[in-house]
Amino acid sequence: MLRFILTRVSLIIPTFIGITLLAFFLIRLVPGDPIETLAGERGIDPARHEQLRKEYGFDQPILVQYGIYLSRVLQGDLGKSMITQEPVLSEFSALFPATIELALCAIIFALLLGLPAGIIAAIKRNSIFDHGVMGISLAGYSMPIFWWGLILILLFSVQFDLTPVSGRIDVLYYIEPITGFLLIDTLLSDEPEAFWSAVKHLILPTIVLGTVPLAVIARMTRSAMLEVLGEDYIRTAKAKGLSRFRIVALHALRNALIPVVTVIGLQIGVLFTGAILTETIFSWPGVGKWLIDAIFRRDYPVLQGGALLLGVVVMGVNLLVDLAYGLINPRIRHTR
Amino acid sequence: MTTETMEAPAVAVPTATPPHPLREFWGYFSANHGAVAGLVIIVAVVLVALLAPVIAPHDPNLTNTAIALKPPFWQEGGSIAYPLGTDPIGRDILSRLIYGAQLSLLIGIAVVALSIAIGTVLGLVAGFFRGLTEIFIMRLMDIILTLPSLLLAIVIVAVLGPGLMNAMLAVALVILPHYVRLARAAVITETSKDYVTAARVSGAGTTRLMFREVLPNCTAPLIVQASLGISTAILDAAALGFLGLGAQPPSPEWGTMLADAREFVLRAWWVVTFPGLAILITVLAFNLLGDGLRDALDPKLKR
Repeated sequence: MLRFILTRVSLIIPTFIGITLLAFFLIRLVPGDPIETLAGERGIDPARHEQLRKEYGFDQPILVQYGIYLSRVLQGDLGKSMITQEPVLSEFSALFPATIELALCAIIFALLLGLPAGIIAAIKRNSIFDHGVMGISLAGYSMPIFWWGLILILLFSVQFDLTPVSGRIDVLYYIEPITGFLLIDTLLSDEPEAFWSAVKHLILPTIVLGTVPLAVIARMTRSAMLEVLGEDYIRTAKAKGLSRFRIVALHALRNALIPVVTVIGLQIGVLFTGAILTETIFSWPGVGKWLIDAIFRRDYPVLQGGALLLGVVVMGVNLLVDLAYGLINPRIRHTR
Repeated sequence: MTTETMEAPAVAVPTATPPHPLREFWGYFSANHGAVAGLVIIVAVVLVALLAPVIAPHDPNLTNTAIALKPPFWQEGGSIAYPLGTDPIGRDILSRLIYGAQLSLLIGIAVVALSIAIGTVLGLVAGFFRGLTEIFIMRLMDIILTLPSLLLAIVIVAVLGPGLMNAMLAVALVILPHYVRLARAAVITETSKDYVTAARVSGAGTTRLMFREVLPNCTAPLIVQASLGISTAILDAAALGFLGLGAQPPSPEWGTMLADAREFVLRAWWVVTFPGLAILITVLAFNLLGDGLRDALDPKLKR
C-alpha cells in the first residue's frame, strides 16, 4: 500500500511542474510590459522599475527566472492583485469556501438523484423508466448550463417567486465568517432565518451546477450495474434464492460503485468549470466569478495565481480519488 | 461479456455474400433510433446554415428600436413578421438564430478538424517513436487533461484577447488530448499486427507505415470522438461567448446572443430561451450521433 501511495504521489510532480510552467509562460504572452503586469502596479517610476526587474530576475536567463517563480509559488507567494493590492493567495482562500460549499451541494444533489436513478434504470432495463432516465441524462449532459441557470431563474424566481435571483444570502444578514461555509456559519449564529435565507440562495445554483454530474453519474451507474448484474456470482446469488433486494443492494452495488467513484472524482474538474459559469449567472461570490472579474479588469496576477491554485486543487482531488480507488479495489493496488 | 449487457442490434438477414461494409454499418446505425434522430437534426441544421440568406426573414444585424422586445407571434403584441420575437434593439431573433447556425457549425467543424489534424499526428508520433518523445507528448497531454477544460480555455483567451478566433484555438487545444490518446493507443495495438510487420518487411518507411497502413485502421474511434468533440466545441465556444470571451457582439453566435440578452431575462423570456434551446438541440444531436456511431463502429460491441 505504501509503495502504491508513493508511486501515485510521485506521478503528480511532473504535472505540477507542467502547470507552473504554463502559468509562468502564459503571463509573459500578455501584451504590455511584463514587469507592470507581474508587479500588479501601473505607471511604475524608472528606479522602482529597475529594482523590480532585478527582483523578478528579468536580467537572468529564463530558466533562472522560472526557478525564482517556482520558489515563490512554493512559499505561497502568488503575487498580489492589481486592483486591491491584496495577496492573491489570501483573496483565493477567502472566496474558496463559497465555491466548495456550492460544489459539495451540487455533487450531493447529483449523487442523491443519480445513483438511485441509475440503479433502477439498470434493474428495470428497457422499461419506460430506463428510457426516460437515459433520455433525460443525455439532455442533461448536453445542457448549456449558463442557459439552464437563466431558465431556472425565469421559472422559479420570476414566475413563481420562490427563490432569490442572485447572491449567497439576503443582505439583511451579516454573518461573521467562522468556517466560511455559510450553511454552518448561519447555524452557529443566533439568527435561524439567516440559515433559511442561505438555503434558498443555494437551491438554484446547486441544481444548475449539479446537472451535468447528475447526468454522468446516472449513466455511469446504470452501465456499471448492467455489467455487474451479468456476472456469474450474481447468477449464483439468484440460484441460492436470495431476495432481489439483497442481490442488488449487497452483491451488485458494491462492485458497481467502483467505476462510479472514479467518475465522481473526474467530475471535480467539471464542477470547477461549471462553477465559473454558475457563479457568474448567480453572482455567487466564489473563485469562479473572481477569476472572470479578474479577466475583465485585466488583473493578470489574480488570473495567473487563481488558475494555478484551481489547477493544483483539481490535481490534489484527482490524487485523492486515485488513492481511494486503490483502497476500495485491491486489484488496482497490486498491479503496478 | 455476456449477451445480457449488450444492446440487441437488428441483425441483417444472412446472405451468401457478406454485406457491403457501408450497408452493414447502416444496419447497426439505423437500429439506434436516437442516433437517426440526431442525424436528422444535424442535416436540418446544416441545411438551415447553408440556406440562411434564403430562409432568414430579416437581416440578422438590422436594428430597429421601434420594434424592440416584441414577443413571439403567439403572444399578445407579437406579429408573424417576427415569429420568435425581437431582441432589445429590435433585431429579429429567428434570423439571428438561423445565421448563428452557420457560426456554430463552423466552430464545431473547424475546431475538431484542427484538433484531429494535430492530435492524430502527435499520437502517431508518440506511438511510433515511443521513448522520450512519447513521454514528453503524453505528459503534456496529461497536464492539459488535468486542468478543467473551460478554465484552461478561459485563461488562454484571457491572455490572447477575446474573440471568436482565439476562442476556437483555445477550445481546439483543450480537446486535443483525446485525439492524441486515441491515435497513440490505436497505433500501439496496430503495430504489433502482422500486416504492419509485412509492410515493414517489404520496405515501407515510417511515414508510409504511419499514414498509409496504420492510420486507416484507427479511423473508427477517431470518427466517434470527432462527433462527440463537435458537441463539446459548440458548447465550450458558446460558454466563452456567454462570458464575453468568444465571438463579440453583434455577431449572432448563440452564446453571445445569450450574453447580450441576459439582463432582459426578467422582462422578456424569449430573448434568452431560444438561443439556448438552439445550443441544447444541436449539442444533443451531435451527442446522439456520436453514441450511435460508437455502437455501430465499435467492433467490441459487435458480435
